[in-house]
Amino acid sequence: MSTPDMLSSEADLLYSEAEDDLRAAVRSLLADRCPPSAVLAEAERRRPYDPALWRSLAVEMGTAGLLVPDKLGGQGATAREAAVVLEELGRSVAPVPYLTSGVLAVSALLGCDTDEEQVARLLGALAEGRAVGALALPLSTAPGGAPPATVTAGADGALSGRIGGVAGAVGADVLLVPAEGPDGYGLYAVDIDAPGITGGGGGVTGGVTVEPLTSLDLTRPLAALHFAQAPARRLAGPDRARAAVGRALMAGAGLLASEQLGLAEWCLAETVRHTKERHQFGRPIGSFQALKHRMARLWLGLVSARAAARHAADALAADSLEVPIAVAVAQSYCARVAVHAAEECVQLHGGIGMTWEHPAHLYLKRAKSDEIALGTPGRHREALAGLVDLPAPVG
Amino acid sequence: MSTDTEQVTADGLRDRVRQLVAEHPVATTARLDFLRARFDAGLAWVHYPVGLGGLGAPRSLQSVVDAELGAAGAPDNDPRRIGIGLGMAAPTILGFGTDEQRTRLLRPLWTGEEVWCQLFSEPGAGSDLAALGTRAARDGDTWVIDGQKVWTSSAHLARWAILIARTDPDLPKHRGISYFICDMTDPGVEVRPLRQITGEAEFNEVFLTGVRIPDSRRLGEVGEGWKVAQTTLMNERVAIGGGRVPREGGMIGRIATVWRERPELRTHDLHQRLLGLWVEAEAARLAGERLRQQLAMGQPGPEGSAMKLAFARLNQEISGLEVELLGEEGLLYDDWTLRRPELVDFTGREAGYRYLRAKGNSIEGGTSEVLLNIVAERVLGLPSEPRTDKDLPWKDLPR
Ligand SMILES: Cc1cc2nc3c(=O)[nH]c(=O)nc-3n(C[C@H](O)[C@H](O)[C@H](O)COP(=O)(O)OP(=O)(O)OC[C@H]3O[C@@H](n4cnc5c(N)ncnc54)[C@H](O)[C@@H]3O)c2cc1C
Repeated sequence: MSTPDMLSSEADLLYSEAEDDLRAAVRSLLADRCPPSAVLAEAERRRPYDPALWRSLAVEMGTAGLLVPDKLGGQGATAREAAVVLEELGRSVAPVPYLTSGVLAVSALLGCDTDEEQVARLLGALAEGRAVGALALPLSTAPGGAPPATVTAGADGALSGRIGGVAGAVGADVLLVPAEGPDGYGLYAVDIDAPGITGGGGGVTGGVTVEPLTSLDLTRPLAALHFAQAPARRLAGPDRARAAVGRALMAGAGLLASEQLGLAEWCLAETVRHTKERHQFGRPIGSFQALKHRMARLWLGLVSARAAARHAADALAADSLEVPIAVAVAQSYCARVAVHAAEECVQLHGGIGMTWEHPAHLYLKRAKSDEIALGTPGRHREALAGLVDLPAPVG
Repeated sequence: MSTDTEQVTADGLRDRVRQLVAEHPVATTARLDFLRARFDAGLAWVHYPVGLGGLGAPRSLQSVVDAELGAAGAPDNDPRRIGIGLGMAAPTILGFGTDEQRTRLLRPLWTGEEVWCQLFSEPGAGSDLAALGTRAARDGDTWVIDGQKVWTSSAHLARWAILIARTDPDLPKHRGISYFICDMTDPGVEVRPLRQITGEAEFNEVFLTGVRIPDSRRLGEVGEGWKVAQTTLMNERVAIGGGRVPREGGMIGRIATVWRERPELRTHDLHQRLLGLWVEAEAARLAGERLRQQLAMGQPGPEGSAMKLAFARLNQEISGLEVELLGEEGLLYDDWTLRRPELVDFTGREAGYRYLRAKGNSIEGGTSEVLLNIVAERVLGLPSEPRTDKDLPWKDLPR
């Protein structure tokens, strides 16, 4: 038995002109407003994200609604365009809630019944950047269905329970919470500006507490969510909620590969730049073959990573049967390329690479966190075992 | 060159294929006659000029022709047997040959009637090919060649060779080289088999003693051979990006099949490693597909050199894992008989052969170390190695 090739051979792995234009616009915004020094300053300010930068990116450029159809207030684009935005965000480790709101929360909502007024309204608000959403699941959650809920919903719709390690929750206006209700699994919306809510450490009853955690990645802060009879609206019931959450995780994992690609590209470019300039032993260190070969190998990894990430984005855009395979390949490959590039970047910079001041650590921390986010490479490889019929030994 | 470049469309090509097959029915036409007719119809390599097997069409349209002919059950020119001719000699002849050379040589090259080999490497000049010492001395309208070449694949089958030799030892190494077409039937050419680690003798040593090559069989100007050779070597590395490869199309397909059919061989450790290599092979396949799409859109990138490096490593690791997976059977080898293979098939024979043959993938056509240097310098723009020999006359180089 052989594995299906299906639509993969038809996949368009290049960038269209419109995608190149989008990239150029996002890149110039980030170059201007989000250089590495600004990223570090922003992280030290301990704000969840830079609201002015987010406004420009999400509202003025309209990227928040790329995945949302026009009639629901979005741009009617696809995962291919969202992937290009994520490449650029990865390249600058920008502290903005694009992945968490524009991809994960939006995709979860798109899996609900968008004919329902409350779903459509919420989608419109996220698409137009009027509100920031977050899917209330640990960032480490791997795709492949919806994980069991750790929150319960009472008959009155109020939520109770705890969810740890959620990205994009600090600073979000609305949380999309998978919870086990009286008639089964559902997806619920909790507004953060509702009465009885705090964003800080205090425990308040009748609401949700968003407790910021000290996260490895300074540019994508995590939080633990404590729900204590938090008032909530149900967006989807047992018939749709699981699929909606599964779909969001799949889209998130597939598009995360593009963020990892952009991140790795920056690490290589910066390392090449540095090793051409830095002299030791009377030569640029970039003329030593041991280093040249390491950088050439990083470039090789990038060539395949770009193809794998494009393949995943294209499959997601086409909603093809290839999606689970394409996403698992892209995630397991690109995650490793990004971590490797960031680690080499630190090493080939020598002492300066170990400093807080140099941006290399921001990339290393993002890359290492991204490796765990939405399923580790190992989890994705194990998923492939089933998807492409390479079963594990029995026993 | 071609006059009707713009008119060639996919539909136009399909019409031409239909016409070719109508005039030369596959079932009743001898293989060689069909291939010659295909060449004359401009359907051999559509991006070549009219009259030389092509139509001056975009290269991307070749896949249309190949698919149509494949569906019609037409014979092909067995590209694995004539890879050096198709991949290296042809583009060089097209780029630098005279009209006479192109007309005489390209048709039998493409049909496979005349096999080509590459007389480049020497015992003293491998990675540092420009240091080669085979002499070409002028004698009126003729060049007299003396020297030794080595690792020459297919020399025992070849009618012609592309040859580089030193025409001026007083110049620095890159400048005193000229490029020739050598007739392998010349009495001064002696081919001796060289046995490889696989047991077979795919390559040879070639002794050139007083071989006489008319000046009309020189490619490019005297002393410009290095430049001409660059065309050959570039094409050697690009030749991969040809057709669309299905998932599990390469070496990984062999081990995946064994894995599916032989559950008793499975262990957890092998499973982890297999999945890791499967992902890498799939990512490399997608990169090859992306390169193909770039070429079809007329945006060739430097990614070509990446593909050879990636496949060399993957072929080696995957075939090594397969031998290990086979365990007890991995201790056996199919056949050590000294054979003279007609074609090279990296994924052919048994796992042990594949494992040994794949070792050559990181040596032939430029070693992986040298390719990494090229990527570092030409793609990433990193500084080159110190080169102490660049401006010295060739004859004064330390040996
Ligand atoms: C199966 C096979 C088929 C072949 N077919 C042909 C053919 O048909 N025609 C033909 O002309 N040639 C052919 N070759 C020859 C091939 O191109 C050469 O073997 C190759 O270029 C390496 O040269 P070498 O063998 O002299 O090794 P060397 O150049 O001596 O290399 C030895 C080692 O040193 C390393 N090295 C050398 N220079 C550098 C450097 N600057 N930086 C870092 N490392 C370096 C190499 O990577 C290698 O690991 C074939 C080889 C093989 C294995």
